[in-house]
Amino acid sequence: MTVSKPVTAKTISKDEFFYGHKACAGCGGSLAVRIALKVLGKNTVAVLPAGCMSAVGFNFPQLCFSNNAIISTFAGTASMLTGVEAGLRAQGITDFNAVGFAGDGGTADIGLQALSGAIDRNDDIIYICYDNEAYMNTGIQKSSLTPFGARTTTTPAGQNIHGNIRPKKNMFEIVAAHGIPYAATASIGYINDFMQKVQKASEIRGTKYIHVIAPCPTGWGIDTSETVEIAKEVVDTGLWYLAEYENGEFKLNHRPKEFASVEHYLTRQSRFRHLTDEDIEIIKTSRDKKWEYINKNFG
Amino acid sequence: MSKHFLSGNDAFAYGIRLARPKVISAYPITPQTIVVERLSEMVEDKSLDSQFIHVESEHSAMSCAMGASSVGARTFTATSSQGLLYMAECLTYASGGRFPIVMMNANRSTALPWNIYGDQRDSLSLLDSGWIQAYAENAQEALDLALLSYYVAEHKEVQTPFMANLDGFVLTHTYEVVDVPTQEQADEFLPPYETDNKMDLQNPRNLAFSAGPATNTAFKYKEHNGLLNAKKIISEAETRFNEIFGRQYTGLIEKYKSDDADYIIITLGSISGLVKQTVDELREQGEKVGLVRIRYMRPFPNEEISQAVQNAKAAAVLEKDISFGNEGTVYTNVNSALKKFGVEVPVSNYIGGLGGRNISEVEIKTIFSSLKTNPSGVNFLGIGVNDSE
Repeated sequence: MTVSKPVTAKTISKDEFFYGHKACAGCGGSLAVRIALKVLGKNTVAVLPAGCMSAVGFNFPQLCFSNNAIISTFAGTASMLTGVEAGLRAQGITDFNAVGFAGDGGTADIGLQALSGAIDRNDDIIYICYDNEAYMNTGIQKSSLTPFGARTTTTPAGQNIHGNIRPKKNMFEIVAAHGIPYAATASIGYINDFMQKVQKASEIRGTKYIHVIAPCPTGWGIDTSETVEIAKEVVDTGLWYLAEYENGEFKLNHRPKEFASVEHYLTRQSRFRHLTDEDIEIIKTSRDKKWEYINKNFG
Repeated sequence: MSKHFLSGNDAFAYGIRLARPKVISAYPITPQTIVVERLSEMVEDKSLDSQFIHVESEHSAMSCAMGASSVGARTFTATSSQGLLYMAECLTYASGGRFPIVMMNANRSTALPWNIYGDQRDSLSLLDSGWIQAYAENAQEALDLALLSYYVAEHKEVQTPFMANLDGFVLTHTYEVVDVPTQEQADEFLPPYETDNKMDLQNPRNLAFSAGPATNTAFKYKEHNGLLNAKKIISEAETRFNEIFGRQYTGLIEKYKSDDADYIIITLGSISGLVKQTVDELREQGEKVGLVRIRYMRPFPNEEISQAVQNAKAAAVLEKDISFGNEGTVYTNVNSALKKFGVEVPVSNYIGGLGGRNISEVEIKTIFSSLKTNPSGVNFLGIGVNDSE
């Protein structure tokens, strides 16, 4: 394993690999894909399932990836990545990255089985989940990574039910429980951290998983100029965290000195605007419980 | 070439080893398991240089095969029944992507009720998935199809995935003496896979993209033509195969004593062996009977079947399949062929062998005798029902 000098916003490649796509203004997912490919470079084969990034990037004859890229079936990101990696290696090709970019639904719901299989085999792939917390491509439906309280088109906020009643599935620790060589959480609001995790993943053999929060202005109900800011704020509130799992151990990468206001984070997004004080209290309690766990178990 | 005593599954695995796939991805399901067990042993003992991927489902088996094929690797998988249905989404994906994957399918009944034995409802329900579909009669043909399938599927004019079907248990688990070609012969027949339809680090591509209403039909038309072109390439492959291996196959159908026959059974798969034996017996008794064995359901032998039965007095389609609410799917296809070519021979349909039920020689004789009197309707062997009655 060679350790390169950590890439930063100043040193990242000027080459563009995901360019000319038709993602919405302020799209967090497209930023994650663009930045990751700049880190990984031209010898990268990208696999993207049905979802926003394939919908905005692969419209024949306007194909926007300048590296090799392919759409997989919705459930098949990881299994197609496995095939790409095995197929190239079987032909004696070794100098490449096989990277997958799947959304929260494509990862935590329909693609979870194939992802688990790939980690179990320890296939030499990088799997990046860009998490915008709902099925945004089909019009904002709940996924298992939609947070508690969020209004989506299938978890409406009414008098009886205040949006989604279940917490986010804990993908990071589910993946870690496989004994994966490398897993990390990230946010596009902390872009250097994300870039360096992608870089690190490319230098580790076996399966790598990066879970990056990538806000969706349309689905979250924020201004298109607020994407990066809110991706930072979710970490600052402690509702998301930056961590790594490596060599069987969890490590926290960033500890906010004090948590930023959860109320501010929630109420600036229209998907949370219906929440009662009681709902917000549940969210804060759940955050505190999570941090108790982190403090106890993460280095 | 050497002789071995092999089951259909073993024979297919031997054929696949000779074809040198780079990547094999497979998930176990009865009665397919033996073919992937053999291949994993061949990888272990290094008689096959291939990446064997233990996928966690059939959906992933095909998805992985597509990934490998998309970077230009020759790939193989095998499945059966529920597994085939579970990967169904990936079948149209592979054909639309023009990935020439070869898959062996051990024909097995589909649930419910649960049943592990052979019928052909699994593959026939997926006729429209854009795959070439071949049906082997015996273990020798199974081995030979493993080699022929890659030649056809990977041909530049075809570029279409290939499903080789073996009747579950009756063929997959039955042992026969099989000629196994040498690796030198196989290499002469089947060179390494070369394609432009791949992601290449030197020449990056975007594959498996979206094509909207303005361009979609053109892609589907090309896909259709790929399958139609397979007809010519199957013939070319069989000629070449005979030059190297000394066995000549007969294209999309095999005619057995049907040229002068008054009564013909049209069928597919391993039951053809028993029909041939019955034809021989009845011929000895002076009955002018014959068999048309369908070797390929896609591309469908419209013209070949029409020519083969045009001078008969009547014909019966015998199949291990029923399209509920209608009739056997093979029967539908055969009738369409005859109509297109103006052949007005009466044809009846016999549904047999569902869930592995034995089809006996007596039943085959009954089908032939029924053709003399009342060739009509959809008839279920073993129940004594004719739905037109």
